[in-house]
Amino acid sequence: MGEILLPLIILCPLVASLVVSVSAGRMGACAIGTVACAGVGLSAVISVILSVMLLSGPATDALRVVLWPWMRIEGFSADIAFTLDRVSMVMILVVTIVGLLIHVYAAGYMRDDPGIARFFGCMTLFVAAMVVLVLASDLLCMFIGWEGVGLCSYLLIGFWYDDPANTAAARKAFYMTRMGDVALLCGLLLLATATGSLRMGTVLAAVTDGQLPPFSVNAAAALILVGALAKSAQIPFQTWLPDAMAGPTPTSALIHAATMVTAGVYLIARLHDLFAMAAPVMAFMAVLGALTLLMGACKALVQSDLKRILAWSTISQLGYMFLALGCGVWQAALFHLMTHAFFKALLFLTAGAVIMRAGHEQDIFRLGGLRHAMPGLTMAFVAGASALAGLPLVTAGFYSKEMILSGVWHVHFGLTREWGLSGHPLWGIALLGAFLTALYIFRCVFIVFCGKAGTRAVGRTSRLMSIPLGCLCVLSLSGGVIEMPDTLPRLHLFSALLDPGVPLSHADEPIWLVLAGAIVPLAGLGVAWVLWGRRVSVMREIPGQAAIIRPARDGRGMDVVYDRVFVQPLCLLVWLTRLDIADHAITGTGRLTRAASAGMFRARAGVVDMLAIRATGMARWADHLPGQFQNGRVRWYAAWIATGLCAGLAMVVLS
Amino acid sequence: MPAFSFNDTLLLATVLFSVGLAGVLVRRDLVFMLMSLDIMLNAAALVFVGAGARWHDATGQVMFVLILALAAVETAVGLAIIVCLHARGRPTLDADTGNLLRG
Repeated sequence: MGEILLPLIILCPLVASLVVSVSAGRMGACAIGTVACAGVGLSAVISVILSVMLLSGPATDALRVVLWPWMRIEGFSADIAFTLDRVSMVMILVVTIVGLLIHVYAAGYMRDDPGIARFFGCMTLFVAAMVVLVLASDLLCMFIGWEGVGLCSYLLIGFWYDDPANTAAARKAFYMTRMGDVALLCGLLLLATATGSLRMGTVLAAVTDGQLPPFSVNAAAALILVGALAKSAQIPFQTWLPDAMAGPTPTSALIHAATMVTAGVYLIARLHDLFAMAAPVMAFMAVLGALTLLMGACKALVQSDLKRILAWSTISQLGYMFLALGCGVWQAALFHLMTHAFFKALLFLTAGAVIMRAGHEQDIFRLGGLRHAMPGLTMAFVAGASALAGLPLVTAGFYSKEMILSGVWHVHFGLTREWGLSGHPLWGIALLGAFLTALYIFRCVFIVFCGKAGTRAVGRTSRLMSIPLGCLCVLSLSGGVIEMPDTLPRLHLFSALLDPGVPLSHADEPIWLVLAGAIVPLAGLGVAWVLWGRRVSVMREIPGQAAIIRPARDGRGMDVVYDRVFVQPLCLLVWLTRLDIADHAITGTGRLTRAASAGMFRARAGVVDMLAIRATGMARWADHLPGQFQNGRVRWYAAWIATGLCAGLAMVVLS
Repeated sequence: MPAFSFNDTLLLATVLFSVGLAGVLVRRDLVFMLMSLDIMLNAAALVFVGAGARWHDATGQVMFVLILALAAVETAVGLAIIVCLHARGRPTLDADTGNLLRG
């Protein structure tokens, strides 16, 4: 039963994608939306069924399906194989259910777009690729999904390809993630040569048994980390994600919530045993995550584009997940991934609806006072924003962020025997990030929905779009109660679900730790209210803010580095190649050869001609000379005879 | 003791031959050329006679008679050619004009 259903999770979106793509122009917008939603919906239903089946068994149970062997060579083998265990079950539920809600929303959002068939073809393919990535039990098979996700993101970001800026953003996303993909592939090949297989179980068993030298483990972990960083837009690869806002809003929601950027987090969570053996890489990952979350939050604070704020906030939240992964609390990372998927999808979809109804205006300072015109959307956005900020008790974000914070507090990086690194500074950074998160998202809320009325809202949100918003609202408010800190009711469904054997990281934490996590978002909310929410905005009166904000808003810093490091050397190379020294040399040689051969030809022709003319002349002369003798005069003949006789006699006598 | 020594004979024969040859080469007149040829033949005959006298052999005398006959025949043929040329309408004795066979 399960063996049949598991491939169907992948097959349903894939078939939907094929049908929608092939039927471009022959089906109406409604039919296309229905087919796509049915594909993803079927796969969501199957995921739920399989999850129920899996949960009814023991905790270590896993569903394994080997579809067919991919390659068998000496010392290496790979299969097209899929596994459904607890970790991939959580992920698959998030991907398919959030994906389904986004698809339903997109069916309403993209109704009037002429390219709707292409759009849904890519979207369902995106989901299918992500499902392959999540379910694959062979790392090489996972790499198919990994690349498929990258390809679909490229196609969707550049969906409105008429504008060169959009295609540039798509190319940028593609290149940036491609750099990470190269590193990931190198890491996988390193593992493959060391263990002879890329089956996850084999690899992890080999690593935990200590069969691999520590250097290989560290190198492989570092390379895989680079791949994950690029996919998840962490420092230093963060530049592609804000530009990826060029795509349609449901695409952004899909990329940020369910499919693309979470792939890096998921991969590391899957391979957490490998990373646990590489302590320096873990510490590096944690520091990088902390820096990213702080930078993302600061960047989000100064943006004026609604979608860009959300993009930077995604980078910041992914920083939290990497921080958690680096601290070894991968359960917390997965939990935050799940809640983040809910509220980020909600925020993006709501923002899309707001932007659509406000006449495609994305600047938050031109929007304003929208709470009267669209109360439903306001409620949805506020729900998403509170979940993102992690307002205590009532939102999902609070619980997941709390889990990360307590995990970070307890961590201790033992880099060498006597020298270690405490997690407390990282905890401080994470707390500061939480404060900034609340600050920037409520800044956005107050500016867009309160205050003076800006653009006039038109039309109304269709039911097709509002139903997914409602569902996501519920999920992002209540999706976190399955896992609670110990000071609140003892409820550890999520971590029990993932790994019941492991002792909980936040089982015995002091109460002030939870209190700090609860108060900081509220403080952020309060400060945001003071700065932007009141009738008389304090923000206007702070002097010198433009000098700070303007350089920070562009976010060009990293781009300049990339420009210097990668683009300009390439340009130089292209310039050199265009000069084409080799070609010039070859052409010059050819020209010289031709000239030499022409000269030689001429010289030879001259010499031969001269010789021939001389020879002809001599021959003619030689021909003429005997003629002279035959002059018919007898006396001359006699004289010659006498001369010859004399000569003959002289020769005989004198010799 | 002969009146002439063989060396003197040979010297005389050489002189005669040279005179004859010079006559053949220098004179244009066919008749003179025939005469010069005869002189050359006589020089050769003189050598035979001198040799016969030197080695007391009669063969030299015989050879002289033969050369005499040859000279007579040659003169006869040469004169016949001259007459023939006259008969063909070339009333000249200049040998250089008869060069129709020139190459």
